[in-house]
Amino acid sequence: MTTAALWLAVVLSGLYHGANPGMGWPLAVSSSLMERRQGALFTALGALALGHFLAMLAILLPLSAMTALIAYERELRLATGGIVLLWGCWILITRKHPRFLARVPPSRLALWSFLVALAHGAALMLVPIYLGLCKLDELDSGHLAASELMARNAGLTLAVALLHTGAMLLAGGTIAFAVYRWLGLRFLSKGWFDLEILWALSLILVGGLGLYSAL
Amino acid sequence: MNLRPDPTFHPSPRLAMEAPAETLAFTLMLSPDGSQPDGLAVVDVDPTSSTYGKIVHSLMMPNTGDEFHHFGWNACSSALSPLSGHAFLERRYLIIPGIRSSRIYVIDVKEPLKAKIHKIIEPEEVFAKTGYSRPHTIHCGPEGIYVSTLGGGGADGTDGPPGIFIMDCESFEILGRYEMDRGVQDKHYDFWWNLPRDYMVSSEWGLPPQFENGIVAEDLLSNKYGHSIHFWDLRARKNIQTIDLGANHQMALEIRPAHDPSKEYGFCGVVVDTTNLQGAIFTWWRNADGTFGAKKTITIDPVPADPDDLPELLKGFSAVPALVTDIDLSLDDKFLYVACWGQGEMHQYDVSDPMNPVLAGKVEIGGIVKKTKHPNGKDFNYGPQMVEISRDGKRVYWTNSLYSTWDDQFYPDDEGAAMVMANVGETGGLTLDENFWVDFPDGYRSHQIRLEGGDCSTDSFCYPSA
Repeated sequence: MTTAALWLAVVLSGLYHGANPGMGWPLAVSSSLMERRQGALFTALGALALGHFLAMLAILLPLSAMTALIAYERELRLATGGIVLLWGCWILITRKHPRFLARVPPSRLALWSFLVALAHGAALMLVPIYLGLCKLDELDSGHLAASELMARNAGLTLAVALLHTGAMLLAGGTIAFAVYRWLGLRFLSKGWFDLEILWALSLILVGGLGLYSAL
Repeated sequence: MNLRPDPTFHPSPRLAMEAPAETLAFTLMLSPDGSQPDGLAVVDVDPTSSTYGKIVHSLMMPNTGDEFHHFGWNACSSALSPLSGHAFLERRYLIIPGIRSSRIYVIDVKEPLKAKIHKIIEPEEVFAKTGYSRPHTIHCGPEGIYVSTLGGGGADGTDGPPGIFIMDCESFEILGRYEMDRGVQDKHYDFWWNLPRDYMVSSEWGLPPQFENGIVAEDLLSNKYGHSIHFWDLRARKNIQTIDLGANHQMALEIRPAHDPSKEYGFCGVVVDTTNLQGAIFTWWRNADGTFGAKKTITIDPVPADPDDLPELLKGFSAVPALVTDIDLSLDDKFLYVACWGQGEMHQYDVSDPMNPVLAGKVEIGGIVKKTKHPNGKDFNYGPQMVEISRDGKRVYWTNSLYSTWDDQFYPDDEGAAMVMANVGETGGLTLDENFWVDFPDGYRSHQIRLEGGDCSTDSFCYPSA
């Protein structure tokens, strides 16, 4: 896969996560309606994006440190690809929503968004894409000292997480704003589709591609 | 499996009001002496139908002695919050507890005319997993299905306080107790909440020995029934404030929060004030600092009566109290309906200003002294009791039984179920519908009503109407 295709995947997965009501945009609509001011919509979106961003970092940063261990690069790709694939299968089979998420108070949107992105594998979905980018990057750069490679990968991690979250914010924010200003709440029940199977299949696909690329 | 949310889930109360009107009602039937099994009646409420006002299907349970009382849905409009994580549940099952047996039935009403038992949870399982007994109010919420109970452990339900337990919203497994810190709460009855604002309100009737064999007059006169309402941090499962309405305000029962979650107030009905026999409604509210307040905003005076017309229990007072046994709030938060079970009246209050309710309509039917007949000429036993309002607010349905042993004390000569309907005028006012009268099978009494697609005492909304 080319670099451009992988970066496109970062953006597309962000748009996909943002558009999924399960990742929280209806909460931004609720917030603005409850407080009767448009500003609350953006505050809530900001909190959701922050949580999502931190979840990306929580998963990708440790990996970025590990990718410096070039000796295990292939094993790492195999293992993460396998985990993502299994996570997708688990969601597909159990279709369970972790109950502890319901204990998070509605006022803690960033925390909720962080946990939901972890629990539903939104952050995991990026791992194979990210590792693909690391590999290409590494091919470009030839042999670098491990410390330099780590710094480079950390930069890459930030770029991936920021771009992904930006796309997520754009998609979720656009829909939330449109519902708030023009479409009305009716859109919420009419336009909400059960994406869970598609979501699980996406994880399986991305994990499978990660595995394939490592073989 | 749905790929879209259940069409009966509505983001806001206003959208629920605009949805198609109900065509079926579900009404609980109980055998007062436990000689026959209790059941669920499916009533045709579609005025264009040839079976309008008739029971079109009955489902009888395989046990006797359950005493059906309140019940609720497995899922409601609250599923439309991403926080619930269950947007694609179906409103399909009715959860019906036996208040006397502690047995819980899960009834599949996907095809209402073929309603069938989906699962039975035996009393032993309820006791073992929760330490509670006598399950009562059902609401679906963030962590699953919440069930309030009236009794603690032990044979008479006084071993430990009653409380709320949670059931899984898909498997209907009992997950365990709700409370982490109950504070001073030691009795229970009803509960409801404001989901986005994350608080719950609960109320108190009395402990099982105070109601199972009839009302205990000495306990009532010494103010030993419940008279407090409790406010909870819903997701932290913690009692954050208890308001004592005053010991004379005996039996604080139904909790009815404003349906629009941006409004932070609600109502609670009090059966009787032991100092003056008044019935009362309290308005409660949340302050900006998160504390709660409550104030008496409606009182209903007793009516003097000839002791000869009164049951043993009331002869000494020479008056008939209103006995506010149920209240219900329309989805637009405009009208509060108050059942005066003793006097045989259904009141309609305009609560647009929740601190200053105004009586807007009234229907007289049944009653200890008046015994007003239905406009169709038939006798209405007991008084107006469990009340349910259509989503659009135009029709109000009610039944007549309070609780088997209490019916017999207050209305020793009456027997038999009833379900009637009143139409609401464009600007308020209430008129009994002459053509709506449900005939129930002999030997049964009728209790709570649920309406197809949700009603005014089940659905919780996560988005304001504005």
